[in-house]
Amino acid sequence: MSRSTNVNILDRPLGKGGTSRSSALDQSVSLSSFAYLFSEMVQYHQNRVDSISELERRLEATGYGVGLRVLELLAFRAREYKRETRLMNVLQFVSITVWKALFGKAADSLERSIDHADEFMIVDYAPITSTFVSVPSDFGGLSADAYLSGIICGILEGAGFPARVTAHSVDMEEGETAPASSASTGAPLLPPRKSKAVFLVKFNQSVLSRDAAMG
Amino acid sequence: MVFLHLFIVNKSGGLIHHRTLSPKAPKISTNEWLRIGSTFHSLHAIAAEASPVKFPNGKNMSGADDGIERIVTGGMELRCLQTLTGIKFVITSEPAPTVDLDSVLREIYVMYAECVCKDPFYELEMPIRSELFTQAVDTLIDRVEKTGHAHMSKHR
Repeated sequence: MSRSTNVNILDRPLGKGGTSRSSALDQSVSLSSFAYLFSEMVQYHQNRVDSISELERRLEATGYGVGLRVLELLAFRAREYKRETRLMNVLQFVSITVWKALFGKAADSLERSIDHADEFMIVDYAPITSTFVSVPSDFGGLSADAYLSGIICGILEGAGFPARVTAHSVDMEEGETAPASSASTGAPLLPPRKSKAVFLVKFNQSVLSRDAAMG
Repeated sequence: MVFLHLFIVNKSGGLIHHRTLSPKAPKISTNEWLRIGSTFHSLHAIAAEASPVKFPNGKNMSGADDGIERIVTGGMELRCLQTLTGIKFVITSEPAPTVDLDSVLREIYVMYAECVCKDPFYELEMPIRSELFTQAVDTLIDRVEKTGHAHMSKHR
């Protein structure tokens, strides 16, 4: 099988988008394939750990490597010649650009915590890692989205903004439902989700003081 | 149009899921359920041997093993869907159902493939403890009772 020398693999877009191919079907991977692969990865880790927190740490470590590479790839594709140095810009890069490249749509919201100045929250109503997962009740607060929080952590640390990222499943309040557009990318057969994923990003003190000093 | 019970039997004959779908359905204890599951599994296998009529070439078109597909009685109607992997989905309803029970069973099979098989915390052939699956079945049954047909949509 000969490799085509015309299109550099780094220049080919991830997922939908890009004008070189006609239909999105050529580009994207089916949700089911990802779900099975992810399920197998979680089971792989589960067989090798003794505790729930260890499992969560392993999922985050797996995502960390993905985050570092995604940062390099997207920064290269965006053809930016200067790297991000401001906090808000890098957070927007994560919640909009990265999310669009990985999941086809921007994160549902980016919020700043009122109580703590160093905490931010990225909210996703329907992350694909936990769409099919039912965590047994004796697993405590484990969220399969720990993989995604590892990705975010990898991106932030790679960009020079060390932070601690954790994933939390928060029940949706009455009247708050996932926007209808997510049903087209997700599984339309499943019942509507009861909980959304909130990624809590807690930056190191050095990051905040540096950002404040920059004006 | 009232559904009574749903139960799922794995390929070794053990019951992996049972559910009452309406308050009108008779109460069945857990031990009874286990007995019903294994009895049905055995009867399903015996029926294939006892049947005077066989499929041409001895092969069932759907690829699954031969066995009981439908039981019609004065008090209820039972339908069974056996998959290629040997799992049997069985649903009972009041006599003379107005909906296509086979399509309901196929939708439940799809829910099983989505919610149970993709769940990393589920062990194959073990009892199903997935909250997502029970919610999905509830939603499906509600939808069928309201609209009168199971919605078949394209899936990957």
